[in-house]
Amino acid sequence: MSGIPHDHYEPKTGFEKWLHSRLPVVSLVYDTLMIPTPKNLNWWWIWGIVLAFCLALQIATGIVLVMHYTPHVDMAFASVEHIMRNVNGGHMLRYLHMNGASLFFVAVYIHMFRGLFYGSYKAPREITWIIGMLIYLMMMGTAFMGYVLPWGQMSFWGATVITGLFGAIPFVGEAIQTWLLGGPAVDNATLNRFFSLHYLLPFVIAALVIVHIWAFHTTGNNNPAGVEVRRTSKEDAEKDTLPFWPYFVIKDVFALAIVLLVFFAIVGFMPNYLGHPDNYIEANPLATPAHIVPEWYFLPFYAILRAFTADVWIVQIASFVTGGIIDAKFFGVLAMFGAIAVMALAPWLDTSSVRSGRYRPMFKWWFRLLIIDFIVLMWLGAMPAEEPYASFSLIASAYWFAYFLVILPLLGVIEKPETPVETIEEDFNAHYGKSDATPAE
Amino acid sequence: MFKKLALSATLALAVGTTGAYAAGASDAHVEDFAFSFEGPFGKYDQNQLQRGLQIYTEVCAACHGLKYVPLRTLSDEGGPHLPEDQVRAYAAQNFEVFDAELDDFRPARPVDHFPENNGAGAPDLSMMAKARAGFHGPYGTGINQLFKGMGGAEYIASLLSGYTGKEKEEAGTTLYENTAFPGGWISMGPPLEDGLVEFADGHSNDLHHMSEDIAAFLMWTAEPKMMARKQAGLTAVMFLTLLSVLLYLTNKRLWAPHKKKAKSA
Repeated sequence: MSGIPHDHYEPKTGFEKWLHSRLPVVSLVYDTLMIPTPKNLNWWWIWGIVLAFCLALQIATGIVLVMHYTPHVDMAFASVEHIMRNVNGGHMLRYLHMNGASLFFVAVYIHMFRGLFYGSYKAPREITWIIGMLIYLMMMGTAFMGYVLPWGQMSFWGATVITGLFGAIPFVGEAIQTWLLGGPAVDNATLNRFFSLHYLLPFVIAALVIVHIWAFHTTGNNNPAGVEVRRTSKEDAEKDTLPFWPYFVIKDVFALAIVLLVFFAIVGFMPNYLGHPDNYIEANPLATPAHIVPEWYFLPFYAILRAFTADVWIVQIASFVTGGIIDAKFFGVLAMFGAIAVMALAPWLDTSSVRSGRYRPMFKWWFRLLIIDFIVLMWLGAMPAEEPYASFSLIASAYWFAYFLVILPLLGVIEKPETPVETIEEDFNAHYGKSDATPAE
Repeated sequence: MFKKLALSATLALAVGTTGAYAAGASDAHVEDFAFSFEGPFGKYDQNQLQRGLQIYTEVCAACHGLKYVPLRTLSDEGGPHLPEDQVRAYAAQNFEVFDAELDDFRPARPVDHFPENNGAGAPDLSMMAKARAGFHGPYGTGINQLFKGMGGAEYIASLLSGYTGKEKEEAGTTLYENTAFPGGWISMGPPLEDGLVEFADGHSNDLHHMSEDIAAFLMWTAEPKMMARKQAGLTAVMFLTLLSVLLYLTNKRLWAPHKKKAKSA
């Protein structure tokens, strides 16, 4: 599959040849598992496996939860309590599913920031990056709709606020919002369609994951040095790589075990830590919670949404220029989706000729600031919309956009990158000494 | 190598914790009671839960309900663990439920739930201990919940023992000053006082102890499977530790021929 020269599956027995000429499925599995992988991959490269595990975990626990859950406004909340109290192992299933979403997002954020640091989004891996962003969007949609299903206070009011964002679109907003909700407000019709989509989207994600893997198996993995595997000959390629099985499978599964250790400690000992207490109160359309706070993984973008209030000059300019079509609310919505869009455009905004952040002295600092910015935004998203948090949110949002729209394009011009290593083998040997084994044995 | 892995894990936790903010007034004071069920090895105190049940029955049940809690679970292990015949007698003596088949009320049976009760506008208490967080800081990050717990039971106990004795009239309702309630004024009058409930085992029945007992009982109604969950968590952590060690050794052995330094070290 990949452009890296390597051994392919050769059918040997009569049956294998018979099958191979009709359905080369063994060949597909073999080539996928034995793909030459840069041997200098560090521990930041393990989160893909964690993500694959999360998807499987969520689908497996989700399918069983559905067997006991009732998607009706009068029964949803009680059916979740039924799962927690009466279904065998139901409390564990539910807590695994609930915290599984958090693990999914921890993993996806680390996975994305790893890509941003090591330039994994750059040519020729733009498609992998874009597919990844689509998966991330689908994940957010799925998680949001899943959070509505228990029909607690935060479910209901979160759904009201977030679907209200679509109402901010000029002219057609209200029609779109009504169409999404299936009525004038969040109600039984909303719960039912969210339930349907919450079950559907994970399978769309699974399909996109296959395309994501297909794409980077075509280009080959990026790696910490950011230099490509030598494709000049099979011998050269084998100096730079080791097959995915067993080397990276064992390494990744080891890392997964450590991650799961922490995960199961959280599920076992503090399963509600990442949730919101208000969601243990049944949804009540007549009582608004004091603070409507989304789940932690949405907080950075929620902070950006709220940052652009009517008194911000850029909002006022936008409103003036468009004759009031873009008001503060719509500007906030555009900013929130824009914050994700600029990330998706990173492959074309980054002008540097060097791929890995390791060899970019200025980039390193701006990148670290971006990580801090992300964590600060997460904190601000949970704070009430008042001073000083409003000003902090504006500054932090501005940096997010500046990083992608100004700093990334400029750095490529003004920064003098260090010279990367020549080959992956050189990078690997610098860390671990020269190997005395014949490669890929 | 391990430094980077540790970094990954720390970052993962740090990213996770920032969101654990729970809304609430920060001026309210919640005392950090030492409950038996705190921490990874904490267990419910069966006697305390039974005392809490008594307080609920004699005091709270006048206004509040526990509609999500099946009466039969009173005999569950990891709960009050009352004998089944006692639960049957308790249900029949204390509660009446509406039976659709009889089209009339009848004495409650263990298969029924605690009745719903919101006659006085009082909220249902089934999940109250999970629907409130006692601790929010520092700076709204919720990180101290890592060490103190969510604080739902602490909040309930602090509330019940937090009345100052001051009252005021507002829009025809009497409000009572309370140091744990967000905003400082609550419409529920002080439900407990020293010596209000007599325990058969002679356990001390001052306000502080009773507040603790009922809070523990409500933690159980909110999280009846807590002990089973912690047991499962502990088993998982132990097996994953073992698995991690084995996989670490496998990985090291597997890569050794390719890593000269690691091999000679």
